[in-house]
Amino acid sequence: MNEKREQNILDAATLTADEALIPQADWMERSGVLQKLRKNKKFPTIWCSGCGIGVVMGALIRAIDHLGLKSDDVALVAGIGCTARMPVYLDFNTLHTTHGRALAFATGLKIARPDMKVIAIMGDGDALAIGGNHFIHAARRNIGITALVVNNATYGMTGGQYSPTTPVGRRATTAPYGNVEPPFPVCDLAIAAGASYVARSTVYHALELDKFLAEAIAKDGFSLVEAVSYCHTTYGRLNKLGTAADMMRALKDNSIAKNAYDKLSDEQKASNSKIVRGNFVNKDRSEYTGIYQNLIANVRGD
Amino acid sequence: MAVKLMQGNEAIAIGAVAAGCRFYAGYPITPSTEVAEVLSRELPRVGGKFIQMEDEIASMAAIIGARVGGLKSMTATSGPGFSLMQENLGYACLAEIPCVVVDVQRLGPSTGQPTAASQGDIMQARWGTHGDHPIIALSPTSVRQAFDLTVKAFDFSEKYRTPVLLMTDEIIGHMREPVELPDFATITTFQQSVTEAPAAYKAFRNTPEGVPPMAPFGVGYRYHITGLLHDEVGFPTQRLDEIDPWLERVNTKLDQYSEDIVMVEEDYQPGARLALLSYGCSARTARHALKAARAQGKKVSMLTLQTIWPFPEKQVEALGEQVDKIIVPEMNLGQLALEVERMVGRKKVRRVTRANGEMATPQMVLAALEE
Amino acid sequence: MSEPIADRIEIRLAGEGGQGMILAGIILAEAAAIYEGKNAVQTQSYGPEARGGASKAEVVISSGEIDHPEVLEADVLVALSKDAFKKFASNVKLGGLYIVDEEKVDSHTVPQAVRVPITRIAFETTGRIITANTVALGVLVGLTGVVSRTAIEKAVLARAPKGTEEMNRAALFKGFAVADERQPSRQN
Repeated sequence: MNEKREQNILDAATLTADEALIPQADWMERSGVLQKLRKNKKFPTIWCSGCGIGVVMGALIRAIDHLGLKSDDVALVAGIGCTARMPVYLDFNTLHTTHGRALAFATGLKIARPDMKVIAIMGDGDALAIGGNHFIHAARRNIGITALVVNNATYGMTGGQYSPTTPVGRRATTAPYGNVEPPFPVCDLAIAAGASYVARSTVYHALELDKFLAEAIAKDGFSLVEAVSYCHTTYGRLNKLGTAADMMRALKDNSIAKNAYDKLSDEQKASNSKIVRGNFVNKDRSEYTGIYQNLIANVRGD
Repeated sequence: MAVKLMQGNEAIAIGAVAAGCRFYAGYPITPSTEVAEVLSRELPRVGGKFIQMEDEIASMAAIIGARVGGLKSMTATSGPGFSLMQENLGYACLAEIPCVVVDVQRLGPSTGQPTAASQGDIMQARWGTHGDHPIIALSPTSVRQAFDLTVKAFDFSEKYRTPVLLMTDEIIGHMREPVELPDFATITTFQQSVTEAPAAYKAFRNTPEGVPPMAPFGVGYRYHITGLLHDEVGFPTQRLDEIDPWLERVNTKLDQYSEDIVMVEEDYQPGARLALLSYGCSARTARHALKAARAQGKKVSMLTLQTIWPFPEKQVEALGEQVDKIIVPEMNLGQLALEVERMVGRKKVRRVTRANGEMATPQMVLAALEE
Repeated sequence: MSEPIADRIEIRLAGEGGQGMILAGIILAEAAAIYEGKNAVQTQSYGPEARGGASKAEVVISSGEIDHPEVLEADVLVALSKDAFKKFASNVKLGGLYIVDEEKVDSHTVPQAVRVPITRIAFETTGRIITANTVALGVLVGLTGVVSRTAIEKAVLARAPKGTEEMNRAALFKGFAVADERQPSRQN
């Protein structure tokens, strides 16, 4: 039973609901996932209990473990914010940078070490407001970095201000009368800018996140995984959305798999308000550091 | 090598390659752009990498990232870009990442006058980031020195795990002079190396030497680098017993090496009661005036600073004891003069300032000597 | 002021952006520094536009060290545009030399100026007005001997784009010829 699960762990469709929701404790140890946590770092994490970011951290570990990557070959680069604290707990090469700039630091690192898997971990404010320009340019260059954006539609660390992904009408500490700014569709932005791989899931669909992250990290070019999460401590409270469990449940109820979405009529699609989960782009485009390596070879006449 | 007519910015770029720079990230800005243009051509020839980033913030971030990945790295900019780089420059200071930042100063503030020269970023170089930290800033007075000090900048940045600023100006950057460069094979710069086993490695160890060795990413030393105050292994901390020794080490680590870092040129005349003190392009004007004054039979000393920060306190203080007046020509409204005043007292300092894009003239300096 | 170095010679080449005055300055400095072993410093200023706008190159030549790198008071002013002449005519040493493109510059305020239809000569000699800067260098060197004719010829040819060497040589020699007509005694 365990063996079967491990074999198919990245194929959520083959799991029963029970299996997907309740991974057995020994599976983590057997697959070495716990070994990816830092032994010399004090836990618990800075995240509020019930936060979705921990689910994403688990998914990231499982994806790296599934790909069989050596820990020395993985670099996690993060900006500032709740999500950006993730790398400090993980036993890889970890670079915690300035607000919004994770992708720019990651670009330098990836160019210096094209052989390494470089993963930039950002929240929605980090990646799309202060770091929005770096986001579109990293995608445009198609540099081999995986952008992991945990989208909780708010600035959690500073206490619940509206972010570039806060829906219109929602309240924030800086939108006491409701947000008046339309949000960025994160995946559409990455697609338009040229990303090679784009996918979205939610922290409720943890195993789907595993799969998307593994595919994204394995991808040569720029890849984006948007992990839709929530912040029950600020955003949830300000908008009367209930507990962490309520908000987690809402992700289940208010999301739709891309397969199902694709079957909807145009009319239904137009009126759809659910989060569409799925892999939207997976294409082969020449990766930046590979192109530059060729340029060097040509210049040097190698 | 043969004599070549070379531009200051070109000498900086070639100096970087000679010093082992293998990564450049930058954003075009007058009057620094030639540095990027030359490196976009030269770096691939030696297996190095060049990238034009989306802005100066990203450029500064990318050179830090590349150095973390093991490549010696540099960016070049001018005033507005230098302003944008400050946050990540502070990051490199706090996280102790070696890198070289070239500022070809132009007239500010704001967009100012892009093609006009200035030395208006001297105080920004010292205090531009938030918080306290030491910094090394060098300033060349000639095209050849632009080459030499670029090499020094890489040497210092690696040796002391700190960003080093090369504060040049539009005059030196765009000026062409004949230079004969040294054989690159004779150029050596400090190489970081870690001898500890990964398990024992502490990237930010508070050693008496003040500069713990730096391991690049991806070679077995998996550790954490952060812009937060951190402990010896790099983890964020709010414990004062961890923060205080770190603050002490980082803020004093350059002090014990000032003999190495502080570079000045002393041209002193016995019995002189007047002295000129200058740096960068203004030192050329001052030297012109110095020769004219001496030709008239005046006794005048001159101190030229190649190292601006840390400020050559000892040398300036000693000069202050020898002379009655120190004349400080600079292309700003008296930024470095403030430091000279701090060392020798306001009454001994005569500023010669010009901040309109035009160089001060030797006549202006001579007039100050006549007073 | 008294010059600290007696043989410091200051030359200012000015025109509109695109006339190649900065390149002319570089070539002159290279002739002095590379082909004659002198010291030379070349500086420049230009408008923000790559074309049009004022453009100025300065060259200081000396057998000794050059400290202040810019022209303080020019020994020679070469002006190929009206604006350049207006801007820099007053900053020439007493007894200094003015070389102007007479079809572009009204130089009646400086009776002693050497007036040459530089741009037209360039066009008539090579068919390209872009070679006006080379003609100007020929006139300048021919009249002043600030560097030798051999040195400036080598410097011009080293900078000439491939295939334009002969054209540039012709322009330069035409400049020498004009200088010889104007001042036969200064041949060198």
